[in-house]
Amino acid sequence: MSNSKLTHLKELESESIYVLREVAAQFERPALLFSGGKDSIVMAYLAYKAFYPAAIPFPFVHIDTGHNFEETITYRDKLIQKLGAKLIVGSVEDSIAQGRAVEEKGFNASRNKLQTVTLLDTLEKYKFDAALGGARRDEEKARAKERFFSHRDEFGQWNPKNQRPELWNLFNGKKQMGEHFRVFPISNWTEMDVWQYILQENIPLPSLYYTHEREVFERDGIIYAALPAISRRETEKIEIRRVRCRTIGDITCTGLTLSTADSLEDIIEEIASSRITERGGRADDKRSEAAMEDRKKEGYF
Amino acid sequence: MSEPKTQGYLDMELLRFSTAGSVDDGKSTLIGRLLYDSKSIFEDQLQAVKEASKRLSGSDEVNLALLTDGLRAEREQGITIDVAYRYFATPKRKFIIADTPGHIEYTRNMVTGASNADVAIILIDARNGIIEQSKRHSYVASLLQIPYVIVAINKMDLVDYSEAVFNKIKEEYNKIDKKLNLKNIIFVPMSALDGDNVVEKSKNMPWYNGPTLLELLESLPVRKNENELPARFSVQYVIRPYSDEFHDYRGYAGRISGGVLRVGDAITVLPSKTKSRIVAIDEGQKSLSEAFTPQSVTIRLADNIDISRGDLLVKTTETQPMVNANISALICWLNHRPLNVGGKYIIRHGTDEIRGIIKEVHYKVNINTLENIKDDKTIKMNDIAHVSMKTMKPLKYDSYSQNSVTGSLVIIDEYTFETVGAGMIVADIEDMSFNI
Repeated sequence: MSNSKLTHLKELESESIYVLREVAAQFERPALLFSGGKDSIVMAYLAYKAFYPAAIPFPFVHIDTGHNFEETITYRDKLIQKLGAKLIVGSVEDSIAQGRAVEEKGFNASRNKLQTVTLLDTLEKYKFDAALGGARRDEEKARAKERFFSHRDEFGQWNPKNQRPELWNLFNGKKQMGEHFRVFPISNWTEMDVWQYILQENIPLPSLYYTHEREVFERDGIIYAALPAISRRETEKIEIRRVRCRTIGDITCTGLTLSTADSLEDIIEEIASSRITERGGRADDKRSEAAMEDRKKEGYF
Repeated sequence: MSEPKTQGYLDMELLRFSTAGSVDDGKSTLIGRLLYDSKSIFEDQLQAVKEASKRLSGSDEVNLALLTDGLRAEREQGITIDVAYRYFATPKRKFIIADTPGHIEYTRNMVTGASNADVAIILIDARNGIIEQSKRHSYVASLLQIPYVIVAINKMDLVDYSEAVFNKIKEEYNKIDKKLNLKNIIFVPMSALDGDNVVEKSKNMPWYNGPTLLELLESLPVRKNENELPARFSVQYVIRPYSDEFHDYRGYAGRISGGVLRVGDAITVLPSKTKSRIVAIDEGQKSLSEAFTPQSVTIRLADNIDISRGDLLVKTTETQPMVNANISALICWLNHRPLNVGGKYIIRHGTDEIRGIIKEVHYKVNINTLENIKDDKTIKMNDIAHVSMKTMKPLKYDSYSQNSVTGSLVIIDEYTFETVGAGMIVADIEDMSFNI
């Protein structure tokens, strides 16, 4: 017997594929939330693997804040084509135009919170009963208690005190009319696992993850891209630096890392020696200590 | 600071362990210590904890417990309401901790957290010795048949690092174990606060020659023997591409839950007992000659037979599972609505979902005294009981002691759809492996 013990990556992959297949079997209209970040890219590849040679049996949904890096959108369209998946875009700009969401004002204005409105509207419009997300439990403390199958009430809200117990590999996706689930197949992966998997499987990534020169500015210790989506104070000077993204959200909440890493091996090395969590650069989490818990209760990813 | 180079370690093993205990036992400190000493705590996390410590207590002392108390609701009430999952890695292994609170009302969380554990850590305060809570935790470990139990006798610094105290607790614990039949018990004297025998060997306890906690976690076997079990494969999903290229492709997707499957193996499909042979094992675009537990694969068979989700594929030559609609199980009740004897429930077992009735409660377990109660059979939240059920169609199962995947089930309320019970199947009512 060559290697009868699975490696941690193989075991995590196997668990995630199991969860993806449970979703396809237990729900009528699932969808995969795709942001263009590395976690949702890994999810897309896992979904491809889970159902091959059949097509992925659910569409991808992208909630577009309108403030995305151009590279993200280009990458997204290419990937969708390559995997033969179907894409649905929910636009935050449309939600604002329809008066469903109100744009934040000021220098730290972000559409991050508004995404929740567009997300819930999109799920409702297409009658999705399960939304697959790439959230991981190691990311943030409110997520450490998240289930694989996370039950949401008819308002899309997460009630941490009323989650279903999850034992062994038995997932309960039964629901009342109007209720739905968020499902997180890569719950047990860490940031390092995701990068190691990308290396092992040789998954192409958007160029933003690798070092590049870019016009940036600094605010409260975080480096942002100097792009029209973020309004700058006069005192915030533009500089050209070698940076890369450790996570990719929309432009307004993505902090850039000074880095010269231009290969996956370099990135893994850099993360192994990093003393800051990947969400340390996320402006959306810095709003308050329980920022994630609050957004999740409202129906955020 | 020297950091583990993780780049070279794409092939580590994953060990899942659970911790149970209350704040008083130093559980949060222990987890904080493991995370901290393995360099899994980042500066921004530490900074957030420092700020929260200061705000809550007004002191500059860092409260490591805050690292593991996730939700605002919990920090405000100073309690842990649910199982939290933590992750850390050493150059040897990756670890997943299921961290469960130890309050009396949270047996359900302990059961949930321990359900996938290879190892359970039970914390005992050296000053107090074995208390009711330690018995409760040990009972849960025994109920779920966790392969290894580490009894961490903590706060040794407060009993002068006394070997006699350690031995006394050990002896006392072995007495309880006579009732529990835990599989493997390992005792470690430690002080989580100072780090003695957590990661580093204690200089204060030269009389202890055993491994530190981390050394144990790095070396205990992961899911022993699972590949030697009879092969089990529950069909999750049928893959039919209906494309020109894969016109006749029909694959059965699922996760191997025992044993090894090889191309060429003769298999029997249950419950129909139809026989066929494996012609291919697919994993994405790759074709494998064999696959192990717990791999997710797609199996193709030589014959076109009617197979759907819920069916079980087994090897024809190996020990067959039970196929029976009368099920005897130990259950842990998870819901605030008590069990309704004679009531209908939905039983989820493997990839099967079948209606069933809980026919009878045989006894309830008092997990504080480890005694059976036969005169009170109302089953409320956190109760553990031995019941008989009858399902509308037969289940294909092994006893939980033989295979925890094909031997476990959950009970779902027909009206609320909540998961209300967790069950471990026993071969029959007389099965001694569970009797205490």
